[in-house]
Amino acid sequence: MSGTPSHALSRRSFLVSATATAGGLLIGFRVPLARGQSADAALEPNAFVRIDRAGAIRVTLPYVEMGQGAYTAQAQLLAEELEVEIGQLTLEHAPPNEALYSHPVFGDQITGGSAGLRGAWEPLRQAGATARTLLTQAAARRWRVSPSSCSAERGEIVHASSGRRIRYSELVDAAARLPVPKNVALKSPAQFRIVGKPVNRVDTPDKVNGKAKFGIDALPAGVKFAAVAACPVFGGQVGTIDDTAAKSIRGVRQIVRIEDAVAVIADHTWAARKGLAALKVTWNEGANANVDTQALVAECNAGLDRPGVTATTHGDVKAAEAQAASFYDADFRLPMLAHLAMEPINCTVHMRKDSCEIWVGCQRLALARRMAAEASGLPIEQITVHNHLLGGGFGRRLEADYVAQAVRIARHVDGPVKVIWSREEDVQHDFFRYHNHSRVRVGLDANNAPISFSHKIVGPAVMARWLPAFFQNNVDLDIISVAAGTYAWPNVHVEYVRVEPPRGLNVGNWRGVGASRNAFVVESAIDDLAKLAGKDPLTYRRELLAKSPRLLNVLNKVAELAQWGTPLGAGRGRGIALLDDFGSYVAQIAEVTVSRSGQVRVDRVFCVVDCGFAVNPDIVKAQLEGGIIYGVSAVLHGRITVAKGRIQQGNFDDCPVLRMHDSPLIEVHVVPSLEAPGGVGEPGTAAVFPAVTNAIFAATGKRLLDLPIDTTQLRNLP
Amino acid sequence: MSQQLSINGVTHTVDVDDDTPLLWVLRDVIGLTGTKFGCGIALCGACTVHIDGVPRRSCITSVRSVGNASIRTIEALETTPVGRSLQKAWLDLEVVQCGYCQSGQLMSAAALLAGNATPSDEDIDTVMSGNVCRCGTYGRIRAAIKQAAAEIHQSAPEGTR
Repeated sequence: MSGTPSHALSRRSFLVSATATAGGLLIGFRVPLARGQSADAALEPNAFVRIDRAGAIRVTLPYVEMGQGAYTAQAQLLAEELEVEIGQLTLEHAPPNEALYSHPVFGDQITGGSAGLRGAWEPLRQAGATARTLLTQAAARRWRVSPSSCSAERGEIVHASSGRRIRYSELVDAAARLPVPKNVALKSPAQFRIVGKPVNRVDTPDKVNGKAKFGIDALPAGVKFAAVAACPVFGGQVGTIDDTAAKSIRGVRQIVRIEDAVAVIADHTWAARKGLAALKVTWNEGANANVDTQALVAECNAGLDRPGVTATTHGDVKAAEAQAASFYDADFRLPMLAHLAMEPINCTVHMRKDSCEIWVGCQRLALARRMAAEASGLPIEQITVHNHLLGGGFGRRLEADYVAQAVRIARHVDGPVKVIWSREEDVQHDFFRYHNHSRVRVGLDANNAPISFSHKIVGPAVMARWLPAFFQNNVDLDIISVAAGTYAWPNVHVEYVRVEPPRGLNVGNWRGVGASRNAFVVESAIDDLAKLAGKDPLTYRRELLAKSPRLLNVLNKVAELAQWGTPLGAGRGRGIALLDDFGSYVAQIAEVTVSRSGQVRVDRVFCVVDCGFAVNPDIVKAQLEGGIIYGVSAVLHGRITVAKGRIQQGNFDDCPVLRMHDSPLIEVHVVPSLEAPGGVGEPGTAAVFPAVTNAIFAATGKRLLDLPIDTTQLRNLP
Repeated sequence: MSQQLSINGVTHTVDVDDDTPLLWVLRDVIGLTGTKFGCGIALCGACTVHIDGVPRRSCITSVRSVGNASIRTIEALETTPVGRSLQKAWLDLEVVQCGYCQSGQLMSAAALLAGNATPSDEDIDTVMSGNVCRCGTYGRIRAAIKQAAAEIHQSAPEGTR
């Protein structure tokens, strides 16, 4: 995830690798037949673009749309090089196909890690340029002129010196007979007319009139509706079922029992939900029946006292610590978090004797298909997955457990069935961000300047299960992401202690991934160190960033934007946070007000981002704005707890999230740049955790080491 | 039991128990899927529709309670001038991200503007705080409501302003 660019592969090598392994995508490019075109002949030089004789240009989008603007950015890249307008394209979700649509770095079909645009940047421009090159060659042959004397403009090839023009559609047959070139020239940024512009999003018109189809909106003919309850104790199983009352409810058709869940199938969701409420189920609660949050936290605390595996080390921390005049020591504790995407988890499945058809919105489509094959017992070729728009992903839909569950239910049902989780089911059977504890020790010289930085991280190895290539030498490459920040520490040591949750308590990726934990730790520590050194937090950071010009630049710009140093009223404060991850550089300043009763309001957040070349600057802004809101919800309120093996929260009443009235005003500035594009979906979230707690520190003098913020610690402070 | 519902100007006859929430009748029985399920207990506003012009959370509104009132859903928002102005502002300012909550946001905003042509920030916050957006589009929603209000005000005939 964020570990991708910055650890498994350095930022530079990510880009090199993305380019190099794009060949992996190119393997799937189909070379058109030399002759014998069929009636539906089309120019289809690769897996992303297809132009037919009628002029329809179909583009297959490998990265799914969950609100982050992926469809628009991908369409921009392809239209730019194909020399057409975005409006001329017909956009389609890619089907599951690892060979054609895998992310060049992840090696699987994944939309996540703020990496989609970086994965699409070369391949989609290549795809468009390849088609344009073939069309240009076909026109040149027809006119018996040199291809270099022809150009492409808005769906036509033009021969300027003779004034001749011809539409792409008329060149399809000829272009399809030409060999597909291996190397095509890409436009330079100076030539861009679509990429780099804040063009309108392609997915939004149907999202303001009810026409957009999310997974939950799939209505295959004859579909039945299922309400489902998995064992409330994670890891438990179904014991006995008394379905007498449930079956008597009008509209209820069938009760389905699978190993760990029960489902009621009905003519509509309400009948299914009433049936489920009437179902009398006993559960075999299993080994986790007495697990509670206290025990989970205690286990992570114990982890802090155990030696870990070395993740990164530079210089000699031990020698430096032996010479230290004093130490800064702090332990940080981060809670379990749920995702709460607005579209509750759902999946529609039609299981037939020899095939299985699935309607869903998922960030890992190929995984969904593999898990459906396993759950259905059918060969993978018999599984069809129709992807949809996602009503939020945030990492939850990087899993496909719900697809497997729906298939297991559908095996018992004649005809298609739509399984919709209640909001409570969605919260309680999430793949949570797990507890994550950190211990920081900084050695200081006699002037309180840092001479060593060591950071021990305790938490689960999500990558070991989720993307094993990113679990190396017993280190989860995501959980250690940005564990030392980008500061010029003379000596650094990062170690990792693996603590897994009890079997059955599922943990996964959450927006901001490793950076959303470690940015909080490092930026909190830096703020404390500035205080110890008697320096302003802005000045202190500047001194440690002399070798990081891009980070220094966003820091200076955000200080200007937020008018750092100007006075604020009583109970108010500003906090800085920096993040260098996902191939982007982000600086934020949050302004908070802390009341005498300890209530915190985040008033404003200023954010400057250098994400390299911004393919769509307005989408970049929107992603930062949204990421900040998502993070502020978590820093103020986010906490999932366990008692007797059950998740204690279930809906927006006990999982409060920001609403309009308590949301900060946000100002985002995008730094113009021609550097390679970075990711923007996650940095906003990751950086705002420490921006807020540092602002609370500035307002009150109270350092909060545990999240979410505990308002009782902030009462009656100066 | 069989019941008639007037939805977007069309009469539908549905055969469901009368405690069935309007949300599931719209989505599962009639196939109008623009109205969204988010929480099931009127906490998030994703399911907001208009019943005789009043915004209601359809997830807790039984069909029995609707009677023969006139129901408007997101699919018919464009039939009103306020609705069209809001849709235009939503697209002009690129409010939308995932879009799942936006049907409810728009229906709440339309009801707000129908009753208050020039809402203040506080008016907007009060009404719109019932609608959750996890993509964090609140700032743009507020700006879009103001733009739509200004546009409606400008296009209103003299004497009606």
